[in-house]
Amino acid sequence: MVGGFGGAGLPRRLIEAVLAAGVRDLTVISNNAGSGAGDLSAWFEAKIVRKIICSYPRSAAAFAEQYRAGTVELELVPQGTLVERIRAAGAGLGGFLSPVGVGTLFEHGKQQLEVGGKTYLLELPLKADFALLRGRAADTMGNVVYNKTGRNHQAVMATAADTVVVEVAEILAPGNLDPEAIITPCIFVDRVFLAERA
Amino acid sequence: MNPLTRDSMARMVAHSLPPNAFVNLGIGAPTLIADHLPDELGVILHSENGMLNLGPKPAPGEEDFDLINAGKSPVTIKTGGAFFDSSMAFAMMRGGHIDVAVLGAFQVSASGDLANWNTGNVDGAPPAIGGAVDLAVGAKQIWVMMDHVTKDNVPRLVRRCTLPLTAVGVVKRVFTNYCVMAVEPDGLRVEAVRQGLTPEALQAMTEAPLQFGCRLGVIREDGTMEPAGA
Repeated sequence: MVGGFGGAGLPRRLIEAVLAAGVRDLTVISNNAGSGAGDLSAWFEAKIVRKIICSYPRSAAAFAEQYRAGTVELELVPQGTLVERIRAAGAGLGGFLSPVGVGTLFEHGKQQLEVGGKTYLLELPLKADFALLRGRAADTMGNVVYNKTGRNHQAVMATAADTVVVEVAEILAPGNLDPEAIITPCIFVDRVFLAERA
Repeated sequence: MNPLTRDSMARMVAHSLPPNAFVNLGIGAPTLIADHLPDELGVILHSENGMLNLGPKPAPGEEDFDLINAGKSPVTIKTGGAFFDSSMAFAMMRGGHIDVAVLGAFQVSASGDLANWNTGNVDGAPPAIGGAVDLAVGAKQIWVMMDHVTKDNVPRLVRRCTLPLTAVGVVKRVFTNYCVMAVEPDGLRVEAVRQGLTPEALQAMTEAPLQFGCRLGVIREDGTMEPAGA
């Protein structure tokens, strides 16, 4: 999983680090599929992605080239359903019932259930081995806050991966983040590291 | 008689919004509505990427790329605004907390079906959906702002959508560069029409059958209406 919405909250240092690590055949869960330098486009250019699960792969030239060539698989998920599937995984739920997509192409292959006279689709949880996230600040215990609309999918992704890594612009001693304002409590976070804005 | 410009359409929609409403503006043309909202209307804008109370574009040089709208353009946040995560942003939509969502569209049917995510082009380009389906299902009212016909003069208001649907039977009002329509149980009813355009000429540009109210409003060139808010 890779946090970010467009460029907001994109973990650019982590994206570089994955590239440098030489891994391949990745399944990526993210809102977008990259649209320029230093974002997920670099992973598509390096051909290390086998499948992407996302909502809005628009203006994504490197991805589109491989999609047309049939070398990368796309699972297109409505944005609210995408984040809620991740939330379900992080919250230990077996799925959820959503009215979104009923009567459209997005109902294909999904179980339909009627509750209270209304039709819903059964949506299944989505988890990952790693979540790569970007925060504004963390304390050394791993409590994280985000920056403005940079928060987006990240707070939920932090709950739904085996290993959660957060790059932040500032690392503080415990006690320097207001407990009322912590967005991702340290229980979810495995690693934080200092990364200036790329 | 000219069709309304994008800017005039945006003014027409902005002036039609209910006071103090929570409103989501879809990406594309509806984004322009933000530039025409009178402060005294008290409308609070919601953005699917996690913000309430969006403000106008920042001054050049003051852009913050962690502060963007759903179309990924830099914005500002007004006093009393809030940030939240995507799950909460979509709970606001699906949960019926958004009063009006104004979306762009490729086609709207006589029964309010919405097609706004996929032109069905078979050039092999990857499809993209974003938050359109979630918004179309969840907001209390879906309004559409779109050109009345395509660039090739093909009607966009149709009996039945031929493009892949975003949602079934959700559209309540449609604002085009020629008229304002309500989607009623028995079809489309024109509420206001561009000054100088006859009902016959409007119907000729529209595949779906139109009904005309007896108190038909008039839309001026700048997007204002007579009577106001018709």
